[in-house]
Amino acid sequence: MLPEIGQAALLLALLFAVLQGVAGLAGAARGREELAAVTRPAALAQLVLVLAAYIALTLAFVMQDFSVKYVADNSNSLLPLVYRYTAVWGAHEGSLLLWALMLAVWNAAVAALSGGIPWRFRARALGVIGLVAVGFLSFMIFTSNPFERLLPAALEGHDLNPLLQDPGMIIHPPLLYIGYIGFVVPFAFAIAALLEGELDARWLRWSRPWTNVAWAFLTLGIMLGSWWAYYELGWGGWWFWDPVENASFMPWLAGTALIHSQAVTEKRGSFAGWTVLLAIAAFSLSLQGAFLVRSGVLTSVHSFAADPARGLFILVFLAAVIGGALVLYVLRAPKFPEGRAFAPVSRETLLLVNNLLLASACAMVLLGTLYPLLADALDLGKVSVGPPYFGTLFIVLMAPLVFLIPFGPLTRWQQDQASRVMAMLAPWLGLALVLGVIGYFMAPQGPLKSAAGVFAATWVCFGTLRFVWSRLRANGRAFTPEMLGMVLAHMGVAVFVAGALLVEAQNVQREIPMHPGDSDTIGRYEFRFDGVERVQGPNYLADRGLVQTFRNGKPLELLHPEKRAYASGGQVMTDAGIHGGLFADVFVALGEPLGDGAWAVRLQVKPFVRWIWAGALLMALGGFVTATDRRFRRIPKERT
Amino acid sequence: MNPTRRRRLWFVLAVVVAASLVAVLVTMALQRNVAYLFTPAEVLDGRAGADVASGETRFRLGGMVAKGSFERPTGSMEAHFMVTDGDALMPVVYSGILPDLFREDQSVIATGRMRDDGTFVADDVLAKHDETYVPKEVADKMGLAHEKHNVDMSAPRAEEGVR
Repeated sequence: MLPEIGQAALLLALLFAVLQGVAGLAGAARGREELAAVTRPAALAQLVLVLAAYIALTLAFVMQDFSVKYVADNSNSLLPLVYRYTAVWGAHEGSLLLWALMLAVWNAAVAALSGGIPWRFRARALGVIGLVAVGFLSFMIFTSNPFERLLPAALEGHDLNPLLQDPGMIIHPPLLYIGYIGFVVPFAFAIAALLEGELDARWLRWSRPWTNVAWAFLTLGIMLGSWWAYYELGWGGWWFWDPVENASFMPWLAGTALIHSQAVTEKRGSFAGWTVLLAIAAFSLSLQGAFLVRSGVLTSVHSFAADPARGLFILVFLAAVIGGALVLYVLRAPKFPEGRAFAPVSRETLLLVNNLLLASACAMVLLGTLYPLLADALDLGKVSVGPPYFGTLFIVLMAPLVFLIPFGPLTRWQQDQASRVMAMLAPWLGLALVLGVIGYFMAPQGPLKSAAGVFAATWVCFGTLRFVWSRLRANGRAFTPEMLGMVLAHMGVAVFVAGALLVEAQNVQREIPMHPGDSDTIGRYEFRFDGVERVQGPNYLADRGLVQTFRNGKPLELLHPEKRAYASGGQVMTDAGIHGGLFADVFVALGEPLGDGAWAVRLQVKPFVRWIWAGALLMALGGFVTATDRRFRRIPKERT
Repeated sequence: MNPTRRRRLWFVLAVVVAASLVAVLVTMALQRNVAYLFTPAEVLDGRAGADVASGETRFRLGGMVAKGSFERPTGSMEAHFMVTDGDALMPVVYSGILPDLFREDQSVIATGRMRDDGTFVADDVLAKHDETYVPKEVADKMGLAHEKHNVDMSAPRAEEGVR
């Protein structure tokens, strides 16, 4: 019964989405406020209905209703309770439902919090979100129904993919989806502004906090994905330039550019057309990410089973969204007001360079991700693009961006003297250079990368603090949440760069056979292999290794790397043993038994690896803090 | 030039410079980092090219791990196995920890070079996460090989995961 209720709720939600889209756009176009007023209750109704469907599916998992095909495919009577909740988004249909739920949340939030915005603009924005919801809900209902029945019911389910039976998986997908789909809000506001034809900076002030929050969630989602891959895949890497990672990274790059260009357009009126384009790009890249992951066109560790019908649907949806938005842009963009003129040395120029670099990086990732598809279509053979392509180019493109960060906040709008800014920053540049040189000689290995990491982190950190200092010293000038957010995010970049470059430079990895009692040393760390024991888990049988670690000869921690064989399906999974530290992680993963009680063991020492995620956390925090700035919620009274 | 024009000129110049720089870098980097996928038969009969057969070019070898071919001397990290595409067998040697889903009769993609004795030396081995999953590119190529031999792809092979 419950699945049918969920099914009915989804169909009703689709009807409300159609209503919201049509009423919003038609009401605004015809100037009928009472028609447009329907959009807000329609948005709230959708949230209630999609939530009901989501709860219905969750209950089917919790009560183990194997007559629902999706439940039978993705859970098992042995599955621990907590993973029955998370199994809801363990495969294609359910993750789409989660996606639809997140869209409904954003939709309802815009409907509830946009009270001060002129009705016509609000109706258009909600109308656009309504149409996007129509696309998502019909995709789910017509090609990937999570409530499909299995008759006769299965006696026992398959299992949730063991890789997903992990605490990190509980929050990684929801956060990522909130971020992905959150870019629908700046997109809808941009389209509404284009439809409105009256392109002033007000719509930007309203959309900026939404963009920042969506971006912050996306940052958190990507960060958790990276963290999960680090301890769950057993390789000890934190980023693989896998197509699906790239699919989440492209909207992030476009979103980062969007955050900066929105600030320029809102404050100075410049780059208005570019900002609209970026808002369209960020959302289109999110949808394209969905296409890449769901259609199975790319080979990736994340691909769920491929289905051409789904791929075709998303492709058409994508074409409609991007094509429609761009046609509208071409028709309306020439009416954009000219921003105020600015000199070559000005904050506008710096932010322009920021946007060019981020957009280039995004294009570079896009090309590398799609190149195998292109080559296949052009019959150039089956190729893959190696991580060095992405790694090298990304560093080349991001190095100037990181170098310019401290200059941005200190340079004045419109026009400034380079010498004035240089005078403020020169001592800190000197300090960073000195520390970089010291890093070069102190590094046990990879001196160049270590030096670059120390230099960049010091430079960005102190350059940003220099801005804080001069701002606090200037009497009577407030330090706004917007500035605090910017400072936090830039400090996050400093921490991230330090972590990424230092771990790449100084990471030591060794794969060796070890007999019980064998020891091995990496730098200050010693590993003693004490053998392997059999452990019975709730739904798996594990070989648990005992590896005693020492630092400088003192016992550090007894690590338990595991090799788990899951009861259903017989999948084998590696679970690494990690001793986390502020300055270095000690990482042990179990390979295969080699006979004679010996095991293949992977030992790693990863200096500063945690700084990567700490930096991303700071960036996300910056996004949230920026969004709290009250300035964005002040509604100008002059024009209504 | 009025300020608006000058600003536009700056903008256009910056875009052109950035775009051409990116284009050059991207082409260079792509050329260096693209790895082609070949099956054992393609390497052995020369369709993959002389550079691949001689060991000069790094490439990806795709196929199934042949049944009964896996060997690893006790206490050693060096694994030996054969990769097959139905037409030909290729000996592979890999020193290191194999992925969790590496198994005989499962699909595999190994990256590396040919050695003079006709053995493929892998520096990276990938097996996919899902046990019924065969990478699409491998399935495509093996499908071609099977068509040639009139192997019925639909019935028994489907259980092994070739779609």
